[in-house]
Amino acid sequence: MIKRALPVTVMTLLLLAAWYVGAAWLNWPQAAETLTRAGKPAEFADVLAQAYAMKRPILPTPDQVVAELWNSLTGYAPTSPRNLLFHTWVTAEAALTGLAMGLALGILLAAGIVYTRTLEASLLPWVIASQTIPILAIAPMIVVILGNIGLTGLLPKAVICMYLCFFPITVGMVKGLRSADPLWLDLMRTYSASGMRAFWSLRLPASMPFLFASLKVSVAISVVGAIVGELPTGGQAGLGARLLSGSYYGQTVQIWAALIMASLLSVALIAVVRGLELVLLGRAGVR
Amino acid sequence: MTFPNPLDAQEKAAFRQGSEKSVAPVVVEARKLSLVYPTADKPVMALSEVDLTIAKSDFVSLIGPSGCGKTTLLRVIADLERPTSGHIAIEGMTPEQARLKRLYGYVFQAPALYPWRTVERNVMLPLEIMGLPKADRQQRAREQLERVGLVGFERKFPWQLSGGMQQRVSIARALALQPDLLLMDEPFGALDEITRDHLNLHLTQLWRATGKTCVFVTHSIAEAVFLSTRIVVMSPRPGRILDVIDCNSLPRERTLDIRESPEFAAIAHRVREGLKEGHSYDD
Repeated sequence: MIKRALPVTVMTLLLLAAWYVGAAWLNWPQAAETLTRAGKPAEFADVLAQAYAMKRPILPTPDQVVAELWNSLTGYAPTSPRNLLFHTWVTAEAALTGLAMGLALGILLAAGIVYTRTLEASLLPWVIASQTIPILAIAPMIVVILGNIGLTGLLPKAVICMYLCFFPITVGMVKGLRSADPLWLDLMRTYSASGMRAFWSLRLPASMPFLFASLKVSVAISVVGAIVGELPTGGQAGLGARLLSGSYYGQTVQIWAALIMASLLSVALIAVVRGLELVLLGRAGVR
Repeated sequence: MTFPNPLDAQEKAAFRQGSEKSVAPVVVEARKLSLVYPTADKPVMALSEVDLTIAKSDFVSLIGPSGCGKTTLLRVIADLERPTSGHIAIEGMTPEQARLKRLYGYVFQAPALYPWRTVERNVMLPLEIMGLPKADRQQRAREQLERVGLVGFERKFPWQLSGGMQQRVSIARALALQPDLLLMDEPFGALDEITRDHLNLHLTQLWRATGKTCVFVTHSIAEAVFLSTRIVVMSPRPGRILDVIDCNSLPRERTLDIRESPEFAAIAHRVREGLKEGHSYDD
């Protein structure tokens, strides 16, 4: 345990040190100016202290971000829009809904591609083309179109997430559904098993390791999709809305706090997927 | 099960004959069976005019160098390949009818266990497909695992078992179907010789106890002589039968000791001569 913890601790400390150096370097000119204007002495130590204590720094220090997170998480009820947990939940809800939709669409497309040759030729190029469009360009269009037919709130964001999520799942599942060993397929034939039976008892379980590899990618990009989806709505809630309002008012500390929450959310969701994978496949020797 | 059986008459005739000469009913009958694989440069004759009759409770080994069509012949019997020409009947049916009726159990070269299923659930797989109720499935799986000496391993996953044990699970899985015919494609080819001897002994006892008809592909002369009532020697390019050798000089009940007997040596010698003859084509 100690052997594993040591390198992680050392690396974390190095990153924090680099962060503090960077914050001092970036905030220095502004801090020096503030002191001069106020007619205060601008010795090295004074400027450094000022650089680490600014209200709107170019780069806030880790302790400022942690303090902001702490105040937000403990100072208000979890249902209050001033609490980051509220915004994290709004984003997570959209990301998870989109992931579920992307999972369904991805598996459906993969099954279609694996079972029908014409779909492979006709569909796969479109699937790939869909991912060459920058999500930032298409996200506002999705919001506008869905808004026009009366769909607002969670659904447009979930659709953006789905748009990003289904691709890794389709690619992974096409490979996964084809991964069954030829002998395993022959075995099904000797039992004169139906195509459906071979799908449920052989192809689908054989594809599970591939599905979980795809899911880990999809979960992370789903969170990104939800945040991007919250930007064009000028949103009132969600980590994306928080980022947007932070940038309106130059609240860099608020932005960084929301960024940290977004990455913590992704890490937590990937851990859940990893946990599911271990429970479902671990016993069967799939590592 | 009632099913129109074109061989019924023939079988009855065989039985009538049997009262005088004791001829067992025919399980597999191949006449002028040929199979050609189209390949890029020139077609490959995997089987050429193969004639073979396998009677009930026979243990027939197909032996020959790689490429002689022994696996292909087994796959044709199992309806995993379609012959190009000639006639083949399994208990009077086409191979496809026999497959649809699940008349045979097939043991592959590799155990081919599904890694996400436990040992017990692997053995129950064919029974699930047959639609047997759960209690029956468990009962049959238990019987077959007992038969191959794997009681206590029901909840293990394939990766937790040795290669020999995995292959025994795959035999139990084939037996769970309660087939009349057991088709085995070099089932012990990847195992070490000690495990192999052990499993051969196990298999011959199992065969004697159940009276099933077995078709066994191998490239080991000792294994073929030890297990078989008849040995079919095959040769490649084109795949054909060179010799069919009766092993009736050996007792039906076999122990590893019989491998030291002069009868065993005589049969092994004849198989070796047959294989040598086939190889002269290569030069």
